[in-house]
Amino acid sequence: MAIALQSTIGGPSQRTLVMRYLRRNKSLAVGLIIVIFLLVFSIGGSLVMDTGKLAYPLAVAPLQPPGGEYPLGTDKDGRDLLAVMIRGVLLTGAIGVMAGTVGIVVGVVLGFLAGYFGGAFDMVVRWVTEVLLTIPGLILLIIIAGTIVDKNQVSVFTMAAVTSILAWVGPTRVVRAQVLTMKERTFVSIAKLSGMGNMEIIFKELMPNMLPFLVASFVAQVMGAIYASFGLEALGLGPAREPTIGMTIRWAVFHSAMFNQWWWWLLWPVVAMVLIFASLSLINVGLDEVANPRVRRTE
Amino acid sequence: MRLGYILRRFLFLIFVMWTAATVLFLIPRMSRVNPIRERFAALARSTGYSPKDLESIIASYELKFGLDKPLPQQYVEYMGSVLRGDLGVSLMAYPKPVTELIGEALPWTIGLLGVTTVLTFLIGTVIGALAGWPRSPKWVKGMVPPLMILAAIPPYILGLLLVYFIGFRLKLLPMGSAYSAGLTKDWSIPFILDVVTHAILPAMSLILGSVGFWALGMRGMGVTIQGEDYVNFAEHKGLKPGRIFYWYYVRNAILPQVTSLALAFGGIISAGVLVEGLYGFPGIGSTLGAAILANDYFVIYGIGYITVVAVAVSMLMVDLLYPLLDPRIRYGKK
Amino acid sequence: MTSAVLQVSDLRVTYYTDSGRTKAVDGVNLTLYAGERLGLVGESGCGKSTMALSLMRMIKPPGRIESGSAIVGDENDNIDMLKLNEEEMLQARLSRIAYIPQGAMNSLNPVMRIGTQMMDAIQAHIPRATKTEMKERAEASLESVELKRSVFNMYPHELSGGMKQRVCIAIGILLSPKVIIADEPTSALDVVVQRQVMETICKVQEKIGAAVILIGHDMGLMCQITNRVAVMYAGKLVELSTVREMFTDPMHPYAKALIASLPNLENKGVFQGIPGLAPSLLKLPSGCVFHPRCQYAMDVCKTTTPEQAVTSSGRYVYCHLYGKAGQPLPGTPLTKSEATNY
Repeated sequence: MAIALQSTIGGPSQRTLVMRYLRRNKSLAVGLIIVIFLLVFSIGGSLVMDTGKLAYPLAVAPLQPPGGEYPLGTDKDGRDLLAVMIRGVLLTGAIGVMAGTVGIVVGVVLGFLAGYFGGAFDMVVRWVTEVLLTIPGLILLIIIAGTIVDKNQVSVFTMAAVTSILAWVGPTRVVRAQVLTMKERTFVSIAKLSGMGNMEIIFKELMPNMLPFLVASFVAQVMGAIYASFGLEALGLGPAREPTIGMTIRWAVFHSAMFNQWWWWLLWPVVAMVLIFASLSLINVGLDEVANPRVRRTE
Repeated sequence: MRLGYILRRFLFLIFVMWTAATVLFLIPRMSRVNPIRERFAALARSTGYSPKDLESIIASYELKFGLDKPLPQQYVEYMGSVLRGDLGVSLMAYPKPVTELIGEALPWTIGLLGVTTVLTFLIGTVIGALAGWPRSPKWVKGMVPPLMILAAIPPYILGLLLVYFIGFRLKLLPMGSAYSAGLTKDWSIPFILDVVTHAILPAMSLILGSVGFWALGMRGMGVTIQGEDYVNFAEHKGLKPGRIFYWYYVRNAILPQVTSLALAFGGIISAGVLVEGLYGFPGIGSTLGAAILANDYFVIYGIGYITVVAVAVSMLMVDLLYPLLDPRIRYGKK
Repeated sequence: MTSAVLQVSDLRVTYYTDSGRTKAVDGVNLTLYAGERLGLVGESGCGKSTMALSLMRMIKPPGRIESGSAIVGDENDNIDMLKLNEEEMLQARLSRIAYIPQGAMNSLNPVMRIGTQMMDAIQAHIPRATKTEMKERAEASLESVELKRSVFNMYPHELSGGMKQRVCIAIGILLSPKVIIADEPTSALDVVVQRQVMETICKVQEKIGAAVILIGHDMGLMCQITNRVAVMYAGKLVELSTVREMFTDPMHPYAKALIASLPNLENKGVFQGIPGLAPSLLKLPSGCVFHPRCQYAMDVCKTTTPEQAVTSSGRYVYCHLYGKAGQPLPGTPLTKSEATNY
C-alpha cells in the first residue's frame, strides 16, 4: 500500500514528462503552440462563420477597413478577410499536409526498398534523387503547372498534386540513408539471426527507430509544399478561385493594395504566412533535436 | 587532384543537362495543351482573329517547329538544336530567339544572385561559427533564433515587408526596376550607383531570408566539431584560442557548409525568380513571370533549361573548389 | 632519491550535472619522480582520465577543479598548474606537461599537414623561432619516434593508426616537457603496434628525461613498462606501490581483487571477478567507497573514510586494515583470514 502510494506520488506521469521535455525543447513547444492556435482559429472559425460564402467574391461590401462589422476588413472583390483567413489557413494547410503525406509514403517505400535491398533499384533511386536535387524545384513545378495544367481549372487538389511531384525526394534520401546505417547495427543482425523475415525486420525493428526522422521529414515536406505552392500562387499559377493565403497575397499585390493604402488586405495574409512558416520551422528544429541528440545544446 | 574525381563531376553535369533537355522535350508532348494553339487562342480572344485563320496559322507554325514529324525524329532534331544553343523563338516577342531574350536578362540575375549568395553564405557562416563558439558573448548566440525564424519565411514575403516599410512608408530606397527611368545604360559611376541603390531591397530580401539557414548549419556543425579529439588535442598543445578557432574549428566545420552550398543553388534560383518578379528587376525571374502571363511556352522551357544548367554549373564549380579545402578528397581514398 | 617533478596534493574535481554533484576526483595525492614511469589503473569511469585532464587544466563545465595543487618541475624551477592564469597556463601546456591523447585516430586535424600542426605547437611556445628552426625541431622529433622526415609534409589520412599515434607522441615531446601523460595511448591499435608504440614512448621518455604517467587498464602492459602503479577506485587513489610490490603483495583489498582477477599460468581457466559493480559517482557509499564490495569490510569502513598510510618503502594505501605506517592491524578480517590460510 505504502509502495503503491509512493509510486503514484513520486513517479512523474507521462504528461508531466512530456511537459518537462517541452520546457527544455523550447522551439518544439513554441512551434506546437502556434500550430494549435492556427488549427483552433481555422477549424473553430469554420464552425462559427459561413466561410464557404463569405471568403469568396461579392459576399460583402468591398474595401472596408478593419473594424465594426468586418474585424479584419474586406478586399476589393468583396471577400470578408476574416473568413478568407479562416478558410485560407485551412486550405493552405491542406495543400501542405496532402503533399507531405504523399511525399512521406512514397519516400518511405522507395527509401526502404532502395536502402534495404540495394542493387540496381538502389542505383536508379540514388541517381534520380541526385538529379532532382540539382534541378531547381520551383522552376520544374512552374513548367509543369504552367504548361500541362489548364490554368483556369486549378484547384486545391491540383496544387497538392503538383507539389507532391517533388515531395518524395527528401524523405526518400532520409529513409535510405537511415536504413543503410541501421542495417549495419547489431540489433538488425540479431533480429536476422533470430529468424525474423525482411518485412518483420523493417516494420518491427527499423521503423520505430526511424520515427523521429520520419516526423521531421514530414514536417519539412509540409513546409516545402506550402513554400512551393506559394511560389506558384505568387506567379499566378495558383487556384484562382480559392482563397488560399498565397492567392490572397497574390491578389493584394496584383491590385497594388500597398500603394492604394489598403494595408489590411496584405497585412493579414502576410501575418498568417509568417505564422505558418515560423511554427513549422520551429517544430522542425525541435524535432531535429529529438532525432539527433548530438546537436542538442547544453544551454 | 584526382582526374577521376573531376571526370565524375563533369559526367554528372552532362547527365543533368541531358535529363533536363529530355524532360523539357517530353513535358509538352505529354500534355493535352498545345502551346501554339493556346498562345494563338489567347491572341484571338484579345484581337479577334477568325477561328479559320487560327487553324491555318497554327498548322504553319507546327510545320515550322517540326511538330508534324514522328517523335524520334523530333527528338533528334530537338537535341541537335539544344546542342547548338538554339532554344526556339519567343512567342511574346516574336521573332526574337529565346536565347537572346534570356541573354538580356541573365546578367542582371547573375549579378543579383551571385552577390547575395556570396554575402549570405559569408555572413551566415561567420555568425554561426561565432554562435557555436563557447567563448563568444551572449548576444552573438542570441542572434541565431531570430535569424532562423526569418529563414523560414519566403524571401518574397520579406520583400513585401521591406517594400512597404523601407520603400513605401520611409521612402528610403527605390522599390522597383533595376535603374531609374531616363538614365542611359553605361558603365558610368552615377549609373552604377543607381543600379546598386535599386538592388539593395531585392538583395536584402534574399539575404535576410537565408542567412539564418547558414548560421544554423554552421552552429550545429561547430558544436559537433568542438567535441572532436583534434580540437581537444590542439588545446593540449597550448595553442591560443584564436588559432584554434580558425584553423581547427572553422576550417573543419565549414566543409559540410560548402557541400550544402552546392545543393542550395536550386533553392536560391527559385527564391530569386519570385523576388525579381516582386521588384520588377529585369532578370530571368521577371522574364519568366511575363512568359507565364503571355503563355510563351518556349521562353518558359528555355528559362527552365538555362536555370538547370546554371545550377549544375554552379554545383560543378563548388565541387571542383571543394578539394582545395579538404585534402582527403584531393588525394582520393586509398 | 631523484627529485620530484610532479607533486599533486588534495586534488578534487566535481561535475555539476542535472542529477547532482559528482566527485570525479576526490582528494588525490601523488608524487612523481624524474625519469619515472607511473601506471594509473582502475575501472572505466573511476576518474583516471579526469585526473589527467585536471593536471592539464582541461576540465570544462559542468566540471570544476575544486581544490588542490599540481606542482610541475623541480625545486629550482616549478609552477603550480592549478594556480596559473590563462596565459601562463597555455604556455605551461606542452612545454612543461604534455598530454598524449586516447583517440589518436582522430587527434590530428584532418585539413592540416602534420608539419603545420607541429609548427603550430612550437610557434605557440617559442614565438621567435624561425621557420627553418621549427621545421628542424619538428623533423627531429618525428625521427625520434621512428617516423620518416617526409611525414612532415603529409596529411593525417595518409598515415596508419600507429603512425598517427607516433605523430601525437612526437608532438608531445616537441618541447621536452618534464611530465608526459599518456592516456591509453594504444587502446585503438592492434597488439603488435601497441607494443612498438609503447617502446617508442619509453625510448623518447628516457631520451628527454621526462616522467610518464601511463593511464590504462591493461595490467600486463603496466607490469612490463612502469616502475610504480597507482590504483584508483571511484575517484580516489586507493593504493600506490612499486610494480613488484603491487603484483606480488597488493595491500588494498581492491588492488588484491584486481591482481587476483588477472589470468596467469597457474590458475588458468579459473577467472576471478570482483563481486558487485563499481558505484555510481552520484551515489557513493559512506565511509570507504569500496566497503560494499570488500570481502574484509568492517564496521568502521561503513562510517569513516580511511586516512593515508605510508609504509617505510614509500607505498601509499588508504584502508582501515592498515595502521599509519602501513602495518597490518591485528584483529581485522585480513589478519584473521590469512592466519587461517597459512
